[in-house]
Amino acid sequence: MPVRIAQESPAPESSRNPVSGQPQGPAPRPDGLPRPSDGLAGTAYDPDERGYFGSFGGRWLPEALVAALDEVAESYRKARLDPDFLAELDRLAATYAGRPSPLTDASRLTEQIGGARILLKREDLNHTGSHKINNVLGQALLAKRMGKTRVIAETGAGQHGVATATAAALLGLDCCVYMGRVDTERQALNVARMRLLGSEVVAVDSGSATLKDAINEAFRDWVASVENTFYLFGTVGGPHPFPVIVRDFQRIIGLEARAQVLELTGRLPDAVAACVGGGSNAIGVFHAFLDDPGVRLVGLEAGGDGIETGRHAATISGGTVGVLHGARSFLLQDADGQIVESHSISAGLDYPGVGPEHAHLAEIHRAEYRPITDTQAMDAFALLSRTEGIIPAIESAHAVAGGVDLARELGAAIGPEAIVLINVSGRGDKDMETAMRWFDLADPGETHS
Amino acid sequence: MTSLDLLFATTRSHGRAALIGYLPAGYPTVDDSVELLTAMIDGGCDLVEVGMPFSDPVLDGPVIQHAAQTALAGGFHTADLFRVVAAVTAAGGPAVVMTYFNPVLAYGVENFARDLSAAGGSGVITPDLIVDEAGPWLAAARATDLDPIFLVAPSSPAERIALTAAATRGFLYAASTMGVTGARNQVSAAAPELVARCRAITDLPIGVGLGVRTGDQAAEIAGFADAVIVGSAFVSAADRGGVRAVRDLAAELADGVRRSASVAHADSPGNPAGRSGDVPARQVSPA
Repeated sequence: MPVRIAQESPAPESSRNPVSGQPQGPAPRPDGLPRPSDGLAGTAYDPDERGYFGSFGGRWLPEALVAALDEVAESYRKARLDPDFLAELDRLAATYAGRPSPLTDASRLTEQIGGARILLKREDLNHTGSHKINNVLGQALLAKRMGKTRVIAETGAGQHGVATATAAALLGLDCCVYMGRVDTERQALNVARMRLLGSEVVAVDSGSATLKDAINEAFRDWVASVENTFYLFGTVGGPHPFPVIVRDFQRIIGLEARAQVLELTGRLPDAVAACVGGGSNAIGVFHAFLDDPGVRLVGLEAGGDGIETGRHAATISGGTVGVLHGARSFLLQDADGQIVESHSISAGLDYPGVGPEHAHLAEIHRAEYRPITDTQAMDAFALLSRTEGIIPAIESAHAVAGGVDLARELGAAIGPEAIVLINVSGRGDKDMETAMRWFDLADPGETHS
Repeated sequence: MTSLDLLFATTRSHGRAALIGYLPAGYPTVDDSVELLTAMIDGGCDLVEVGMPFSDPVLDGPVIQHAAQTALAGGFHTADLFRVVAAVTAAGGPAVVMTYFNPVLAYGVENFARDLSAAGGSGVITPDLIVDEAGPWLAAARATDLDPIFLVAPSSPAERIALTAAATRGFLYAASTMGVTGARNQVSAAAPELVARCRAITDLPIGVGLGVRTGDQAAEIAGFADAVIVGSAFVSAADRGGVRAVRDLAAELADGVRRSASVAHADSPGNPAGRSGDVPARQVSPA
């Protein structure tokens, strides 16, 4: 349900464009909430000209793609100032994707934990079931504007692939999604959804046959197809300008959530929790709070079997600095700089890299990053289902697990008036097979192995 | 004058293009790779590219991906690269390394340059390093007299070619096509156009790679470039027939670059006048 911003809340960002200094576009929404286009208005935390957030980011990829990246950057630079583009983004977000997404007061979960008050930002309620649609609609509109007729994408859990196939169907673009063979098997439902939406799905067998290999294959496609094809990157990683473009399209999560928390509680949260694979939902929700020093920003990485086992995907908690897929950031690598296979029960977090802005936020200690094991995530998956009737994506269950820990810590340190905001980035329908195996949920008469 | 300058001065004085062959170090084993690389020299390659196997080779097609994975699965380490380069150069083969950049960063750019130079390497080709990010690497290469060799592509506008050429020494690597490595049946039409655009900007020798596999293709490229670079076809030859097949392919390609005409070079726009034209021209028929 939409909420109205209290009188004392700051003016919505839509009133003025900090880049152009011009009054921007339409009047504020009747409910006072920001619009997706407000996320494109420029921030004090934009990367430098070469795409660096501090010492992270840049362009670490073949020269053959530089011209294409320059073209994307230039098109985006113009699009973010074009009222028609912004209006179309806002229209699709509202009438197609279902924005704004609500804020849920998780009172039964709060009661059960007995710590801070827990609020949930409900990106799982967006069309296609996750936050991915926010970015995909924006980039697909950009692709169309650039005259591209085909989009390609990588996907891990399949959420970005499904969102891309959806936007391609909506806008009449050809679509090809690269997905590791291992992921096509553990996320078969999403493969079927993409195909139903008219997209080609290519199973990638090289390397570890997961998300990183799907990205390699998408880059190989793009080098050969760049003339008519737009690489619709799914996370805040990759070469400049992808980290800033994807971030801007995801900033609406935090812009809305900040206003909604203020409206509901009259104050800011004490902590914001989000899962981090590449990190797009986390950057999206964190960004609106960067200037609020009292708000702790906590990214939950996939701890897999535990960092100490080496079988994990916790890039910042357990990785080192290097270059992969176009950006300088933390990654999982061996002493020779060979990329190490990651492990997570969650296909969407099973990636050995992380977006450069997260690496920067970690380095300057503005955000903190913690690992959550497979077991902790699945416990939280069940907990949220039973206390709130919300089955989260296993990715998002990492945020729930971390958020619950924070609620206990802050409840003890501050008291019950403390507030923890958890971003529920996606819904868990796609994960039911994994859950059935983990919790042994199937009818015993029908189970095997 | 670096060893690569000398090499190109020699091939230019013979009125022909140089032949450069690529094989990954450690494939199928470290010792075998030394033999295969040496066989390329024996067969007629003027220079070998020693490939550093990498887990995530985004600019390589299936043949080289597979070779890299095999080498890594066999326990290849960066230290082995220098062993291979040392063995090949000791056998008389001038060698450059081709490597994705993360292994160089992990080893340390200064350490990498120092150890490669000590092993007798002449330069390094860095397919996923653009000049904009190359500052520390250029300093390390300069300090050890290694030639930093960068790539340009058909998509590179003139200002990118100029920027890239300004940082490059030895030769400029022109990717013949927009795409990954792998043998193709025809020489890309983009290649001569790209070489011509490079020649308008730089006097560096231009090597053309990606997609070359036959003597006829080598002859065609030698008609407009200073070096013909062959990779995947050598890996396939090694798979098919080991040392002998590699040597035979090198011989076929070496014949190809000698069949070509130096006068075609002189026709290229921006071609430096110093190129010897005393070898009679022969019209090259397209493959």
